[in-house]
Amino acid sequence: MSRHSILRIVAKFMIPYILLFGLYVQFHGDFGPGGGFQAGVIFAAAFILYSLIFGVQNGRKVLPAWVTRVLLAAGVLIYGGTGVASFFLDANFLSFNVLSSNPVAGQHLGIILVEFGVGVTVAATMITVFYVFAGQDHE
Amino acid sequence: MAFTALAAARIRNLFAVVILSGIFSLLAAVLYLVLNAVDVAFTEAAVGAGISTLLMLATLSLTSEVEKARFKIKMIPFAIILGTGALLIYGTLDMPIFGDPNAPANLHVAPHYITKSGSEIDIPNIVTSVLASYRSFDTFGEVVVIFTAAIGVLILLGRGTNRWRPGLRANVIPEQKEEEV
Repeated sequence: MSRHSILRIVAKFMIPYILLFGLYVQFHGDFGPGGGFQAGVIFAAAFILYSLIFGVQNGRKVLPAWVTRVLLAAGVLIYGGTGVASFFLDANFLSFNVLSSNPVAGQHLGIILVEFGVGVTVAATMITVFYVFAGQDHE
Repeated sequence: MAFTALAAARIRNLFAVVILSGIFSLLAAVLYLVLNAVDVAFTEAAVGAGISTLLMLATLSLTSEVEKARFKIKMIPFAIILGTGALLIYGTLDMPIFGDPNAPANLHVAPHYITKSGSEIDIPNIVTSVLASYRSFDTFGEVVVIFTAAIGVLILLGRGTNRWRPGLRANVIPEQKEEEV
């Protein structure tokens, strides 16, 4: 598809904004609609668009397989780690109240960390699934 | 929505079916928006209309575009489906009216979330505070499910080599063919 110059130029133009919008949805989820799940999908959509236009091989150069696999596990570990962190502060699993000096700040910190974990895992999952499907040989 | 669903069930061309299912998801997102569930609408539009349509198209490019099997109505399964559907619709008859403030779902923990979220969590989006804080365990479970799904896809379709036992996987292709790009 690399010969379609309109597609290539529009995609190049769009991808930074898609990534930016993904980050906005990720970190603005506390205030407006959105959150880790939606942000992860939007973030993944940017990489998938790149791979569609410039080919899966080039997409794999941007984001090699081992990176997505590490991110896949890292998201779950961030979420679980946030939960385990409250053990060390004498509280139950995933109770955010103790994470900071006062309960409300602790909740804010906990929610941001947890949403970040969700976003990382979802984005890595979507990218992985797409690459695995698109990377199959055509017979 | 009903029209797109019926059309998707009837059409033989799978490409059209995939696009119709994308349209169906988009209409569902609009429906959620009308019901004031902005977060759900957002997810439906991104996942249902976007990513899953795309994955279907990726799958279509690996298989054929036209459905092969002839479609024939079998009477016994058809009757079972009709009966189950009728039972389900009968089950909805004694459900509370949509938006009823006295419905059990609106009396259990929802008032606590709505009245206390401001002082306990102090973020404007109650949906986020319920998902990430009050129902944190559930969300953790969901993340693990997504993680497991990705692992499953990798095991079934990925062709990674085992670093410690090379040659373990029979279907490993030695090197990527560059001319296919």
